[in-house]
Amino acid sequence: MSLDKATVAKVANLARIRVEENHLDTLANELNAILGWVEQLSEVDTENVAPMTSVAEMQLRWRADEITDGGYQQEIVANAPSDEDGFFAVPKVIE
Amino acid sequence: MGMIIQGVTGDWEVVIGLEVHAQVSSNAKLFSGSATEYGAEQNTQVSFVDAAMPGMLPVINTAAVEQAVKTGLGLKAKINNFSVFDRKNYFYADLPQGYQISQFLQPIVGEGILTIDLKDGVTREIGITRLHLEQDAGKSIHDQHPSMTLVDLNRSGVALMEIVSEPDMRSPEEAAAYVKKLRSILRYLGTCDGNMDEGSMRADVNVSVRRPGDDLGTRCEMKNLNSVRFIQQAIVYEANRQVDILEEGGKIDQETRLYDSVKGETRSMRSKEEAHDYRYFPDPDLLPLQFDDAFVAKIKADLPELPDEKKDRFMNTLGISAYDAGVLVAEKEVADFFEDVAKGRDAKLSVNWVTGEFFGNLKRTGKTIATSPVSADALGEVIDLIKDGTISNRIAKEVFEEMFDTGKSASNIVEEKGLKQVSDTGAIEAAIDDVIAANPDKLAEYRGGKDKLLGFFMGQVMKNTGGKANPGVVNKLLKPKLDG
Repeated sequence: MSLDKATVAKVANLARIRVEENHLDTLANELNAILGWVEQLSEVDTENVAPMTSVAEMQLRWRADEITDGGYQQEIVANAPSDEDGFFAVPKVIE
Repeated sequence: MGMIIQGVTGDWEVVIGLEVHAQVSSNAKLFSGSATEYGAEQNTQVSFVDAAMPGMLPVINTAAVEQAVKTGLGLKAKINNFSVFDRKNYFYADLPQGYQISQFLQPIVGEGILTIDLKDGVTREIGITRLHLEQDAGKSIHDQHPSMTLVDLNRSGVALMEIVSEPDMRSPEEAAAYVKKLRSILRYLGTCDGNMDEGSMRADVNVSVRRPGDDLGTRCEMKNLNSVRFIQQAIVYEANRQVDILEEGGKIDQETRLYDSVKGETRSMRSKEEAHDYRYFPDPDLLPLQFDDAFVAKIKADLPELPDEKKDRFMNTLGISAYDAGVLVAEKEVADFFEDVAKGRDAKLSVNWVTGEFFGNLKRTGKTIATSPVSADALGEVIDLIKDGTISNRIAKEVFEEMFDTGKSASNIVEEKGLKQVSDTGAIEAAIDDVIAANPDKLAEYRGGKDKLLGFFMGQVMKNTGGKANPGVVNKLLKPKLDG
């Protein structure tokens, strides 16, 4: 697998990371090096091996259907760059 | 019956598939302990998990799992004892995580069946592809501030079931029947309140057209329709739009379109296209969801009687027509009310009174079953009074209307107003004699061969007795007297 410049630009855009045009080549090389390294894993024969879902030998924890949280509007919006009457306020997004 | 659009170049068949998002009925959210109740003040039902604060971890709500399994069983679907949560990545202001936790390759429920009820008691089976659990997003409000969009995260993290159908529907009516039936089943199960006004149930509609018998055409998706009527209107508009393009030699772009219910048209939502690269991957914060067969068996043992089964029982053991049974079982409240009325009474008469007078008076007074001033027992008393001959059917309707307006019992009203049916032959004979004496000319015409005047005399006698005379007795006594 090899990433070209256009793919790197697209991924950066999807991830909302600004990448200057003159950095795309460097980034593509770095990402390809990482992908190449990860691809070495496919050399291992995993026929008949169940996918590993966790490194810990444990099962998913379940919670009871009880209201145990919430009710702190001001804490929720406290870190927002902008808030309005208990709402988060963001630049207008209109379809 | 499928919908066929007759184009200039020939017939086109419409193919429809639906993705319904149903909010799971639960106290707390899918992965946090904050409340789900509708209508709370903004951001008061939000935990740090729902707001995606750093370091917060999701822990699954047992009730959401149970409700999804219960719904799967109600749709006669395959339950997957092993399923996986994935991250569906996209950026939007009301999605604080930057991804929605959903299920992609391994959903909790697999293939099932939903039987839809069409006109004249006809039914059709629609395939269910899958049901999976996912988080709802928050709510963006665009019209309350001149330059900002306001975001309320109360809905963020609420559990949704996305129920996906096969592209098995062929007309707007079938799509409507599907949504209605699914809503009915969810409400019987108690897994979703089905309240489309409050957004508890919304549908994405996939529409394509093709020549009858051809392979599937390219589809367009219309998102977030929140009424059965809009779903039907959107399908009609969209199918015709696609036929127009194809007939002019064009081709359909697979895209998401917005249905504008005010203008009654669909529009492209090109701005969102790029966001469709969701880059799903298993959520590293969550282990696979696993449960054993005993967990499923326990839920299965507690399943209520569902509308299809109830309909069969009404038809087979009570002898009710397919149409009436369908009307009665659509809403659980109606079915329960009917069963209370019909207990130990004539089933057919009970159906007529529930679907006729009772529904009519609810509509007249703007009430619902829950707020009705007339209980099932009170309606039952009316039927008993008709059955034992105390009042005629006609008087019963008047009495019933008054019951709605005053909340009094049927026997009270009959007593107070002296509406008891007269079956006493002496009194009825006297009334008949009066009527005959008052209409010598009509009597002569009748005896001269104008048989139709029997109805006139019948009406006069009933009027004379204030409608209280037993019509059967009048009928029996009147003719011999007229014939002399």
